[in-house]
Amino acid sequence: MTISIDPQKTNNESLQPKGWLRYFSFSLDHKVIGIQYLVCGFLFYLIGGTLASAIRIELASPMSDFMPRDVYNQVLTLHGTIMIFLWIVPVVNGAFGNYLIPFYVGARDMAFPRLNAVAFWLIPPSGLMLVASYFVEGAAQAGWTAYPPLSITTPQSGQIIWILSVLLLGGSSIFGGINFIATIIKLRRPGLKLMQLPMYCWAMLGTSLLVVLSTPVLAGTLILLSFDIIANTGFFNPVLGGNVVVYQHLFWFYSHPAVYIMVLPAFGLVSEILPVHARKPLFGYTTMVFSIMGIVVLGLVVWAHHMFTSGTPPWMRLFFTIATAFIAVPTGIKFFNWVATLWGGKISINSAMLFSCGFIINFVFGGITGVALAQVPFDIHVHDTYFVVAHFHYIVYGGTVFIIFSSIYHWFPKVTGKMLNEKLGILHFIITFIGFNLCFAPQHWLGLNGMPRRVAEYDPQFQFVNQISSLGALLMAISTIPFLINVFLSLRNGKDAGDNPWNALTPEWLTSSPPPVENWEGESPLVEEPYGYGEEISAQK
Amino acid sequence: MTTLDSSKEIQKNNSEVNETHEDFRMFGLITFLIADGMTFAGFFAAYLTYKAVNPLPDGAIYELELPIPTLNTILLLVSSATFHKAGKALLKDKNSDSQKWLFFTAFLGIIFLICQLFEYFHLPFGLTDNLFASTFYALTGFHGLHVTLGTLMILIIAWQSRINGGRLTSQNMFPLEAVELYWHFVDGIWVILFIILYLL
Repeated sequence: MTISIDPQKTNNESLQPKGWLRYFSFSLDHKVIGIQYLVCGFLFYLIGGTLASAIRIELASPMSDFMPRDVYNQVLTLHGTIMIFLWIVPVVNGAFGNYLIPFYVGARDMAFPRLNAVAFWLIPPSGLMLVASYFVEGAAQAGWTAYPPLSITTPQSGQIIWILSVLLLGGSSIFGGINFIATIIKLRRPGLKLMQLPMYCWAMLGTSLLVVLSTPVLAGTLILLSFDIIANTGFFNPVLGGNVVVYQHLFWFYSHPAVYIMVLPAFGLVSEILPVHARKPLFGYTTMVFSIMGIVVLGLVVWAHHMFTSGTPPWMRLFFTIATAFIAVPTGIKFFNWVATLWGGKISINSAMLFSCGFIINFVFGGITGVALAQVPFDIHVHDTYFVVAHFHYIVYGGTVFIIFSSIYHWFPKVTGKMLNEKLGILHFIITFIGFNLCFAPQHWLGLNGMPRRVAEYDPQFQFVNQISSLGALLMAISTIPFLINVFLSLRNGKDAGDNPWNALTPEWLTSSPPPVENWEGESPLVEEPYGYGEEISAQK
Repeated sequence: MTTLDSSKEIQKNNSEVNETHEDFRMFGLITFLIADGMTFAGFFAAYLTYKAVNPLPDGAIYELELPIPTLNTILLLVSSATFHKAGKALLKDKNSDSQKWLFFTAFLGIIFLICQLFEYFHLPFGLTDNLFASTFYALTGFHGLHVTLGTLMILIIAWQSRINGGRLTSQNMFPLEAVELYWHFVDGIWVILFIILYLL
């Protein structure tokens, strides 16, 4: 019998358009789709970043003088939604996952190439819809959490477009997750065992499990919310007998795992980058795998720690505090494993390595404040203050976005065949690192002193610290300039990279740069030790 | 279960022709159904929480009668069995028998939907009357959407199993098995829904 959607056969070379057309068409090649995800995500990052700058300009002074209060709320909502659903999630899952996973399992494409293309092409229209929702009368202004009754009582047309857009993005995410699970479990080349896979595969397997299990719950919740808005039902409307806390439970059942959907792939990527540039095997492979799976299981049962001030009963507070504190164990194991990987290694100080080390530093900071926030008394004290904003940005910007940049520096030579300029890269890192810490470290102090988040105006006593924070945001905005110059200059006349500029051992480096359409000229290589750098070092001694 | 057995057989047949990989479309479908099931799980969790926490306001009407949903449960359970018969018939290359069973399954699905609509029109409450009324319509409506899609898919594969020129044969059972699995899933969800909404 013949299977018409056999991925080994669909990507016939003659069917693939060449050159730039490849990237603007409905390609089925996993590498093209990965790049489409990355470029599309980066464009939305620039939009979200512009909105973030607007927020920080507004907060440089205590009064709402740069924009009116409702516009501030709209900008805040759009910033959060774009950054999470259109930049972090698609890029760290979709872009790198699509590009790397088929290489890592020794396949020629993803398990379901057409579904893969569908998953990507849901993103640009829903992203445009989301941005367009800002321009309708009554844009969404209930924050990225869209808590009722706020989201029901504020002007509604923008909120409905927001819901539709997030539903489409959730669908895209689920299709991607199904594809990753099938690819990693079912499409491994013969002879490749699960425990020989590069760590990013494990991270993506865990992430995809979370996506498949939790995203549908968000979809159902948003459908009920849209009923409340359109059909005047009362699921989450206390006036009509509804219950707002049910929304919070259902929302956080997705949105807490979403934090791991955003950060687990980054854990995987950093585990790929560190061994290569430190010339050492990844420390504690097995414990890394079990930590990832531990985080997946625990990540599903800690959601109510976002709701300690929502009238949760004491037993619930106790359970969720303990469960949340337990997540520090697998996360701590991973942190120490990365440090141990670096320990005694032959470290090259390049942009990829610097961004990865920046990630480790920022992430441990965000992790510590995370454990602090899990404790009920402390959480009630700083709930809805800038402390939470600082914690969150230390995880998703200081953690994930640093790793996205690190990964771009690491895999750019493979994707394009050209090296990025190291001087500009290091400049990019220095400005980003200083700007990021200048922006978000003072916000811990602001939160501890009681400055509420999501409000356009604040007490004048906080002005000086807010201005420091805004200065940091300015540096972060500036830091994209050397990066963009670097990418465009290097694409044009960068140094030729060769097939394996880092002397790495993972499978994607064992083919030409950029790789051919079906990844390998002949059989895919069987890589049993993706991190076997130890022998090399002892041989050099 | 024919589903599992025959999919194994397909894999065997497949590997004889093309040794590159097994057929994992069923695996993808199962993953999707788990995701779909989580949507229902969210709805059920919301409904049960409402039941535990939110009292029915004074004067609000929320009463369900059992006869129609019980009939519907029987209809869906029978339709699962007839679908199974269709798969068995196709496996024995009795395409016209298979097609008859498929049409009968689709007919049962349509009867289910008609009964559901009949119930909707005769209930003493509407969508926005109270919280439980809203939840009732949202849950049964979402399930009804699944039944509608399932019925359409059954009609499509029934058309595909026609004797001359149909692509559904004992050699290519995947479309039938996929829809069958989906139909059993929708059936199972209905049983849970029936217990939670009507019996609890």
